[in-house]
Amino acid sequence: MTDLVQLLVAGLATGAIYALVAVGFTLLWQTSQTINFAQGEFVMLPAFFVLAAMKFGGASFPVALLLGLVASLLILGVLFKKLLVDPMIRHGVLPLVISTIALALFLKEGVKEFYAADAQPFPALWATTNISIAGAVIALQNLIIIGVAIAAIAALQWFLAATRTGRSMQATAQNPLLARILGIRVERMILYTFLINAGLVALASVLISPIYLAKFSNGETLGLVAFIAAIVGGFNQVRGAIVGGLLLGVLDNLVAAYVSTQYRGAIPLFLLIAVILFRPQGLLGRIEERSV
Amino acid sequence: MSAVLEVRDLKKSFGGISAVGGVSFEVHAGEILGIIGPNGSGKSTLFNCILGQLQPSSGEVRIDGKPITGMRPCDLNRLGVSRTFQLLQVFPQLSVRENLILAGQEHQGSMWSRLLGRRDAGLTTTANRMIEFFRLASVADERAGRLSYGQQKLLDAAMAFMAGPRLVLLDEPAGGVNPTMLADLRERLRTINDREGATFVVIEHNMEFVMSLCTRILVLAEGRLIAQGTPEAVRRDPKVIEAYFGN
Amino acid sequence: MTRARRLSGAIAALAVCAALVAAPFGLKPYGIYLLSLWAVMTIAAMGLNLTLGYAGQISLAQAAFVGIGAYTAAILTTQGWPFALAFVLSAALCFAIGWLLGYPALRVQHHYLAFVTLAFTTLVFLVLRNEEWLTGGIYGISGIPRPDVLGWSTGAPRDYYLFCLGMLGLVTLATGWLVRSPWGRAFMALRENPIRAASLGVDTRRYTLIAFALGAALGGIAGALYAPLVQFIDPTPFALGLSLNLLLMVLVGGSGFFFGPFLGALVSVLLPEWLRFTEGLYLLIYAAFVMALMAFCPSGLLGIAERLFRPAAKTDDAPATPAGKAAR
Repeated sequence: MTDLVQLLVAGLATGAIYALVAVGFTLLWQTSQTINFAQGEFVMLPAFFVLAAMKFGGASFPVALLLGLVASLLILGVLFKKLLVDPMIRHGVLPLVISTIALALFLKEGVKEFYAADAQPFPALWATTNISIAGAVIALQNLIIIGVAIAAIAALQWFLAATRTGRSMQATAQNPLLARILGIRVERMILYTFLINAGLVALASVLISPIYLAKFSNGETLGLVAFIAAIVGGFNQVRGAIVGGLLLGVLDNLVAAYVSTQYRGAIPLFLLIAVILFRPQGLLGRIEERSV
Repeated sequence: MSAVLEVRDLKKSFGGISAVGGVSFEVHAGEILGIIGPNGSGKSTLFNCILGQLQPSSGEVRIDGKPITGMRPCDLNRLGVSRTFQLLQVFPQLSVRENLILAGQEHQGSMWSRLLGRRDAGLTTTANRMIEFFRLASVADERAGRLSYGQQKLLDAAMAFMAGPRLVLLDEPAGGVNPTMLADLRERLRTINDREGATFVVIEHNMEFVMSLCTRILVLAEGRLIAQGTPEAVRRDPKVIEAYFGN
Repeated sequence: MTRARRLSGAIAALAVCAALVAAPFGLKPYGIYLLSLWAVMTIAAMGLNLTLGYAGQISLAQAAFVGIGAYTAAILTTQGWPFALAFVLSAALCFAIGWLLGYPALRVQHHYLAFVTLAFTTLVFLVLRNEEWLTGGIYGISGIPRPDVLGWSTGAPRDYYLFCLGMLGLVTLATGWLVRSPWGRAFMALRENPIRAASLGVDTRRYTLIAFALGAALGGIAGALYAPLVQFIDPTPFALGLSLNLLLMVLVGGSGFFFGPFLGALVSVLLPEWLRFTEGLYLLIYAAFVMALMAFCPSGLLGIAERLFRPAAKTDDAPATPAGKAAR
């Protein structure tokens, strides 16, 4: 039983990270019809910004974190939108998908060539201690991860619901034409979603890299999980992405522990296929409704 | 002799909104039936329910006495029912002639003959006849996307006739067409009706077009049939005037 | 097309064929291998071009079919079955599975379909990797023999290349016939406007399934040719990466253009070799090239060619591009 609790907490922690990535992915789709096949690489990259700042810039870890965040916002947010998405979006979804696939390759190979091909250790923000709750031994890092992710998502939800900008973003997601007529600066709202995504993936990167080490190939699995979480939860809304992410994290851990590990990766895939075929709006989504 | 098209008590609701609230009518062979009504009266929904693009909530549709309610559009088409759409839907990348051949190719032979048989499915002659009839000869080899709007409308209509259908439903064929082309279109439709005995049902807003083309008119308002009769009778019917202009 | 045009087109085609046949003479075995790889990848890409470029169905499953075809051929021929039989079974098996994969396409479209096919590819990869009793798992299958074609042994690199080239030629003829037939027209209608197509009598359900099945069968054929080419297979090449690569090939060449896959496969197979001097950077350059191409001409290289050489193109060369349609 205590094992189960441990597994659940660990699963929720991984799931929380998946949720962050899935939320960003969903936001991009909602506001600008962008399916970012490079989302996994977006999570892989910020850790390397931080490492590079420390290695080449001699920065201390906290400063490097800040620099990494800024770099992420600029490159994965602004540049991504202006250089890749904007020119492409008028050609339709497929060219943009192809471009993000190429971008994923570009980022992956870029890190491999210009930084390192082997896994790099990444400093943790916390001590690797365990604490005991009701007899179950739980790694502190898992609780911290869950806490940080909850805080981030709560902040995001508050921003979207309670601030004017946030509500404008929701309006843009639901009906860009109407939003424009109402005087909302649609282009700027879309830019904000890209920035938010950049922030979310940077956070996820910093949370996950201490555990799994920073490696150029991390993006592959992470990307796939992000898609699955977003769709299973419900491509329509942020809540769906959160639920999807948590569900996948927990499921993955439980399956690895209790079922054969060889087909561990198959469970999310079956879930994805089942959801798309039988309930395409996702577990939480509503048909034909879009919201941020 | 059963009617070519029989609609019995057709209803369609979207959630709580009733778009079509129990419409019944018949169309006989060789007729040109017009359906008019103010915006939102349910005309297009009615068409879509008859033609399989939408599933009716209740009611029945029969072609030549056979029930066809909820049949797939492609199967319906092969029974001899064809249609045009409000929003122009020709295939812009294919040539005019190719569009016409496409419109006719699924009506004859089998899947195998379509794979292994003639490239044009033997339809070049028929297509050329259509091109002649609708006066599109000058653009026959152009991509349909390059045609003027009016020409595309003519092509759209021509495609509906390629399969030599029993019944053609035209959804606002006059929309956006200039008066000269309009007269052309009306004349072509009348000629086909005379020559081939094709039966039409036409939804239109353009009163002049409808009144001069159709032999009988149905008036819909708020999803219900409020009048039917000859163009003159309908024009004078007080219920119709009220539906359009209020009292 | 005028007579002169047709004649010069035929001469050009003959010249290209002659060049392709003569190509291996004077090349080192590795060069011949690359040419054979190009031929095989072109077949796989042609399958995807059929499903995606002509019929408008987005599929990320092509790698799975190449894998299934390769493993079917490898398993059977290493057990002593004749290649011809293994080849036919590969194609038939992939046709059947592709047909089944078409059913999800009837329910969902566009990006949802992409994700379903993506999941399918990853699942097939997992099966190939885990079912050691059948596929040898991560240890793969080695010693895959090259066939004897009507008494002529294809063991040598040049001979196997000519065999692949011959198969490519046959596939090209068959696909060319298909695309110009009423089926081809129906596919294009399905891609451009499925609702209108249905209202004209096009059985969109059946044509969708056929599009998937045929594209898959071509993938299977490519796989069956790939296995004897490399003579040792393991699951690694048949993962999602190959599906993405094939997708890139189709779009780089020009989606829906008949010869798009030829160009796309050429770029994908040969560019890394030409860029070898840049050491590790060639993938970076390839990726940058693809992004730039998509930004400036999403209808691919043949789209550029069409714009340059036939600005007022007539329908004989009607490109069929899903680009430009925002899938909402």
